[in-house]
Parts: sequence; structure tokens; C-alpha cells
Amino acid sequence: MIDFLREMLSYPFMQNALLVGSIVSVVSALLGIHLVLKRYAMIGDGLSHVGFGALALGAVLNLSPLAVAIPVVTAASFFLLRRGRKASHGGDSSVALLSTGALALGVMCLSLFGGSNVDLNSYLFGSLFAMTDTDRILGLVISIAALMLYLLFYHKIFAVTFDESFAAATGVKVDFYTALIAVLTSLTVVVGMRMMGTLLISALIIFPPLSAMKICRRFRSVVVLSVTISFLCFLCGIVLTYCYPLQPGACIVSVNAAVYLLLSLIGRIQKRGS
Amino acid sequence: MSLIECKNLTVSYENRTVLDNLSFAVEEGDYLSIIGENGSGKTTLLSVLLGLKKVQSGEILFQNGLRPDRIGYLPQQKEAQKDFPASVYEVVLSGCLNRRGLRPFYSKAEKKRALDAMEKLGISELKDRCYRLLSGGQQQRTLLARALCATGKLLVLDEPVTGLDPVAASELYRILGELNEQGIAIVTVTHDIREAVKLSKHILHLHRDSVFFGDTCCYLECEDCRRLLEEEENRCRCDCGRKDGQEEEA
Repeated sequence: MIDFLREMLSYPFMQNALLVGSIVSVVSALLGIHLVLKRYAMIGDGLSHVGFGALALGAVLNLSPLAVAIPVVTAASFFLLRRGRKASHGGDSSVALLSTGALALGVMCLSLFGGSNVDLNSYLFGSLFAMTDTDRILGLVISIAALMLYLLFYHKIFAVTFDESFAAATGVKVDFYTALIAVLTSLTVVVGMRMMGTLLISALIIFPPLSAMKICRRFRSVVVLSVTISFLCFLCGIVLTYCYPLQPGACIVSVNAAVYLLLSLIGRIQKRGS
Repeated sequence: MSLIECKNLTVSYENRTVLDNLSFAVEEGDYLSIIGENGSGKTTLLSVLLGLKKVQSGEILFQNGLRPDRIGYLPQQKEAQKDFPASVYEVVLSGCLNRRGLRPFYSKAEKKRALDAMEKLGISELKDRCYRLLSGGQQQRTLLARALCATGKLLVLDEPVTGLDPVAASELYRILGELNEQGIAIVTVTHDIREAVKLSKHILHLHRDSVFFGDTCCYLECEDCRRLLEEEENRCRCDCGRKDGQEEEA
């Protein structure tokens, strides 16, 4: 077993994938808690599609893909979070509109102008084992910054997530923290998209928090368990893709889904017991 | 000595003037009930007091050492909150947020404050229970404990008994009465006119075109109050009649 791990870790592309991948999984699990509890889960999905459109546009215009994607996705996240807060109706349809529209635009761009040197697959499913240096460094910097900010503002984020109006009444700058979450989410989505692909990044945001909420009764344990689940599922997924010819993103999400089912079952038994 | 003095407030909401030239005051240790039909601007008024909404004109003075961010607020519960995975203690402790400034963690004194508030409201034994598994009355007491952490002077409540069963409601009124006796001023929006005139020292009745603000005993004399009490009485009689009928059938 140890020999197997040592062999696996001897490849530099493996080391990179593990390092960046695990920290991005951890951060997306953290941000996901807020999004899921605020009923914004679809926003992660919407953003990844917008990100796909932006990346495609960047590739076609011959700009650095991230330089296009980051501002576009951030703008979209502000728009969607604001919509979601204002209108209880119409919020979800604007997410659907934006995401399908952006996806279509992206595919059109790529098929019209992309030529043969653009690989649609790598955008849709990510390329965990072929990250460029920019992706890797950016991924690390953004994730570590997000992690630190989350820890620093943990209690305020809890208050804003639980009850915006109470938090605002006691002097918490709700708009600032909502904006902070929006920016961090969009950055994480863009970085995560390069690894996991457009179709799977939102799973990374939604699955671990939902699994943790099935059995946890305290917010802090939701946070700890969600992060742990995300990290372990990522690890499991990577080991599986190393052993078998599987697509890494899909493999990681499948492990997450299995954990979710398992914990739902445990949660149900727990409820019956108490 | 008043805690809050509102002078000539005018507030519009979506291009409609909701509050027009409204003046009133909240005294220290006061119990003020705000009454009015739906759409008369009760909730808007609370948002203004809490600094969540801007006024078009007029001013709000916070006096006697009351800081605008040290008001204990009990909002109406939102749907998303009801199944929130947090322990009672975590929720109550978040009421201390306004004392913490930029420090990332809570101090011992703040943790003790949260425990004391839970003790006061009789929910100490629920400390580690999950908020979403509580009954409506227990959830409301948890949120009241959180509000108590945020303030030593003034509680602002938005229809605190909505959705509670009669037993839990009267229990909540008892607690509010006790807190008021301990010197905490209470401002509450309510539909429950009978409890309002029983408990309050002052009444603010908002109409679309006129406003009553004054002592409860003066309010009891006025036309509006009689009409409302009568309506309430009739409704009660109807309910009772229906209940009797059902029992006979059974």
C-alpha cells in the first residue's frame, strides 16, 4: 500500500494535482455551505457555465482565458446573488437563463472560430493532470486567501448566513460579506473549472455541505465535516483514476455522490433513533 | 428620559409614502406596541429604527447611551432558517457579534453572556440541541436570547407570537413582561390587540391617514381601539361557537 502511494506520488503531475486539487476542494466545500443554506446552490452551477462561455470567448479572442473568465464570472455572481436576494420568484429562472445562454454562446464560439487546436472536452471535463503553471499558482494563491478570509470572518459569515436582517441590525456589514462570498465563489469556480471541468465544479460546491448537513447538528461540525468529506472524496477519486482508466472529475463527483447517499441513510437512522 | 426620539419621519417604499411625518418616542423601560393593518408601515418603521432603511426626511435620535447597533432585534422567521443546522448555543452566541468588533473569536465574557441569556429564557438544557429540531416556541426563545445578548436596553420585536400555539404565545408574553420589569424597553409590532393593551405602556397605531401615539389608557378610550377590540371579541366568539359545535358533534 505504502509502496503504491509512493509510486503514485513520484510523478510530478500527480503531486501538483493532489496539492492544488485538495485545497480547491476544501475551499469550495466551505463556500458551498453558505450557498446551500441560503438556497443559492444553483448559482455555483450557473457560474460555472458562465465561466465556460467566458473561457471560450477568451480562447477565441486569443486572450489569456483566466483574464477574461475571472472578471466575467465575478460580475455574473454579483448579479445572481443580488437577484436571488431580491426576488424569491424569478431568481432561479435568471440563473437558468444565464447558464444555458452562456454555455450555448461558448460552444458556438469554439465551434465557429476555435479551429482544431481547442479541445472542447478539456473545458467541459477539466484537465487535472495537465495544469499550466499559471493555473497552478493562481489556484494555490486564491484558495489559500479564501481559506484565511473564511477563518477570519467565520463568525460573521455564520451570522449573515443564518439571519441577514439580525446581522445588519447589529452593525454587521451584510453587503460586504455577501460580496466577499460572491467574489470568493467566482474565483473558486473559475479555478476549479480548469481542474474539474464546467460540468462538475458545482458538484464540488454542493455535495460535501449537503452530505455533512445530513448528520450534523452544529454549524461548526457541518463546516469541519464538509471540508473533511470534500478532501477525502478528492483523494479517493484521484487514487481511483490512478488505478483505473477513469475521468478524474467524474470519478471524484461519483465518490461524493456515494458519500451523500451513505450519510443520508445514516441521517435517517439517526432521526428514527432519537 | 427617552432612548429613541423620532421626529417628523417620512419614509417611502417603492415610490409610495409609507410613513408620513411621524413623531414618537421610546422611553427607558418602556413597552410600546405598534399596531396597524397590513401595509400600514409597521415593519418598515422597525427597519428604520434598526437602521436597515433610510428615511427621506426627519431624524432619529438615540439617547441615553443607546447605540444604534446595540438593539436586540427579533425578526420574523424566514423559511430557510427553520431547518438550519446550528446548535442553540451557536445561534445565541451570534448575538454577541456587535461587541466583538474585528476580533475573530468570542471572549470568555461574551460566552458567559450567551449562557446567562439562555438561563434567563429557560433554554439552558437545550444548549447543544439543533435549532431545526426545536418547536416553534423554543426557536422563538432561542432568537430572543440572541437578541438579549445584543442589548441591555432595548428589544425590538416583529410579530413575536406569529405561528406559535396559544400556550407558547402566552409563555413568550410572560417572558417579555419579566424582561420589561427588569428594565429592558420593548418595542413590538403586533396583531394581538388584546395582549397589546394589557401589556403595553404606550401604543402607536398606524393608519394610512392618521396616527395615534400615546398612553395605553388614552388609547383604550379612542374609537379605533374599541372597534378593534370588538372585532377581536366577535372573532373569538365565533371561534368558540365553532369549537363548541364540533364538540357536540363528537
